[in-house]
Amino acid sequence: MSNFITEITPNRPVYTDNDPQGDLTTLNLGPTHPATHGVFQNVLQMDGERIVSGVSTIGYIHRAFEKIAEHRPFYQITPLTDRLNYCSSPINNMGWHMTVEKLLGIETPKRVDYLRVIVMELSRITDHLICNGILGVDTGAFSGFLYLMEEREHVYEIFEEICGARLTTNIGRIGGFERDFNDIAFAKINKFLEKFPPILKEFEKLFNRNRIFIERTSGVGAVDPETALSYSWSGPILRATGVDYDVRVNEPYASYQDFDFEIPVGTTGDVYDRFILRNEEMWQSLRIIEQAMEKLKKEPKGVFHADVPEFYLPPKEQVYNNMEALIYHFKIVMGEVDTPKTEVYHAVEGGNGELGFYLINDGGRTPYRLHFRRPSFINYQMYASMSRGMLLSDAIINMSSLNIIAGELDA
Amino acid sequence: MAKISNEQVIAQLNAKFGDQITTPTAPFGLLSFEVAVDHITEVLTYLKSDETLNFNFLTDITAVHYPEQEKRELAVVYHLHSLTNNVRVRIKVFIPVDNPKIPSATPLWNGANWMERETFDFFGIQFTGHPDLRRILNVDDMTVFPMRKEYALEDPNRVDKKDFFFGR
Amino acid sequence: MSEINIAEAPAGVEGAGFFATSLDKVIGMARANSLWPLPFATSCCGIEFMATMGSHYDFARFGSERPSFSPRQADLLMVMGTIAKKMSPVLKQVYIQMAEPRWVIAVGACASSGGIFDTYSVLQGIDEIIPVDVYVPGCPPRPEAIINGFNKIQDLVRSESLRRRDSPEYTKLLAKYGIQ
Repeated sequence: MSNFITEITPNRPVYTDNDPQGDLTTLNLGPTHPATHGVFQNVLQMDGERIVSGVSTIGYIHRAFEKIAEHRPFYQITPLTDRLNYCSSPINNMGWHMTVEKLLGIETPKRVDYLRVIVMELSRITDHLICNGILGVDTGAFSGFLYLMEEREHVYEIFEEICGARLTTNIGRIGGFERDFNDIAFAKINKFLEKFPPILKEFEKLFNRNRIFIERTSGVGAVDPETALSYSWSGPILRATGVDYDVRVNEPYASYQDFDFEIPVGTTGDVYDRFILRNEEMWQSLRIIEQAMEKLKKEPKGVFHADVPEFYLPPKEQVYNNMEALIYHFKIVMGEVDTPKTEVYHAVEGGNGELGFYLINDGGRTPYRLHFRRPSFINYQMYASMSRGMLLSDAIINMSSLNIIAGELDA
Repeated sequence: MAKISNEQVIAQLNAKFGDQITTPTAPFGLLSFEVAVDHITEVLTYLKSDETLNFNFLTDITAVHYPEQEKRELAVVYHLHSLTNNVRVRIKVFIPVDNPKIPSATPLWNGANWMERETFDFFGIQFTGHPDLRRILNVDDMTVFPMRKEYALEDPNRVDKKDFFFGR
Repeated sequence: MSEINIAEAPAGVEGAGFFATSLDKVIGMARANSLWPLPFATSCCGIEFMATMGSHYDFARFGSERPSFSPRQADLLMVMGTIAKKMSPVLKQVYIQMAEPRWVIAVGACASSGGIFDTYSVLQGIDEIIPVDVYVPGCPPRPEAIINGFNKIQDLVRSESLRRRDSPEYTKLLAKYGIQ
């Protein structure tokens, strides 16, 4: 296949719209193409069904997150992080809370960490469920998607029980959670841990050894580790190329060092590897959640936030009846709390890569500058050059296995 | 966790570049220092290619606008990560807003391409040697650089938003 | 096995071997129960639409078995998610490409009013560029809310006069948005 490409590309000039004599077709893929699951535009030069060159245009849902963040106090930035990678909002929320906690020097109790780990791993599962389900749809197998969507609803029910929202969760507060998990939430998590593995196994049975699926995906979009690193890839797609970089292990946050789990890596970095790797990560996430549920039994009950009255909003009944709580409430809401004038970078392992928060604080009510290192944005930039020489249908499944989320791409 | 300490990194850099490396600090354990704009390419190349340091992963490029600092209004911030040593550094380059030029890092990392385009789009920083420095997120015909502090968050052309509804 | 529901017949005169009603009502009934939606999903609300379309909520129960990704064959434009100013010409183009009769539903706070993104880059509600029939609030709305909004559209479709799209009021409405 690769020989064929080197033959055609140098000899054939790339024609443009202005040169209708060319025998290449210009194809505008997006921004509302049904197969791209979001707003991505790629203008492709096609030789028959093969892509000769392409240019990506992004920014179709640019919402100015970083500018908004300069005008909002810390606790109001949490809803913004929800809308970055909306397939795994809780990871973004937790990442932001931990950034601020790092800035303020807040130590969270172990129980809070374990609760956070449960929420983050559940949302990693939802993220990978969508990605792998959609990859199935794009290769022509709709049933896997239908199985997985049912399970994703169960995770959303757990989130609803914890925080009241399904998708854009706004879960947790700086210093911990807004309320403790109730018994129904724990019962639902236990039920999920019991019911989900057989479904995931069935899903794997449908795909992993499926001849059509393997033929369709293996060798598509293969990337070597050097190229992936030079494009600053991170997350599952980097690990599929064989680089074992995972922020959870390299710089453990939220007590990830207490857990026993493995980082799966691939060998070729193609679409098939990414698919298998995401499935394996879901199994590892389940392992982590099981361990966290065990560890929670040993922790004191009812602890769900750090004891930091200057930063954690007091409960409403205390605000009404207690002088001190009222003062703290006022100070937090009005942004009167003194914060250190410094800068901090904190990274978490998001659903599709290293999600970093670079926060510069000047001691005021709002951040002086907040920059999000958004994995989708950085992972997507190789797409156009990767697509060169691919069949159009391969480029489509390559895009869906990169798991690019438009909200995070355009910020 | 880290295999080499921040002190080792800074000592090695000082030995190589002398007083070009200024104001080293380590807020929250992340080594952070300043480099003059003339030396940034050498420093980045050295950090990437040195065998012991091996900062082969470009985490991020961004910028910050400090309007009140005379001749040092814009700061370009690089975050590098050495995956083998598991250590990060932050490099800052201060440049004046009336001549915002800095050499591009695209020859070193392909990934720098879009990060620099984004920084150009928001702050108007000219990365010399960049292959394709165009706006990336904002509309092409935009004339301002919206992340600079003088520009408002809200759309100035809105007519439906009356100040008295908002107590202003 | 699920039971098959048959749509209720519109009001009319019934006798042995005949049934008389107005054409408006029959057409309205047929249209309302076979709307082909065009999901114009840009961000978070699109993921909730995916849940609506998926196995649990099963959007196809309401007659939209076939999401039409081509504007030419779509009856209902479902705008889900933030529309940035860069995107707005595309949205308008898609609306113009749709054939009459066409309906529009704005799903979520961003599509309805810009939502929390009151910024220089976001369109403050899609009704600035195209006419909207139903707004669904929420950030994002639950699948139940999206289905409820869809049912409201069905009510509109059911009761719409066949001549509405030729009326001068409708032409005037479109002209307001600069659409011929």
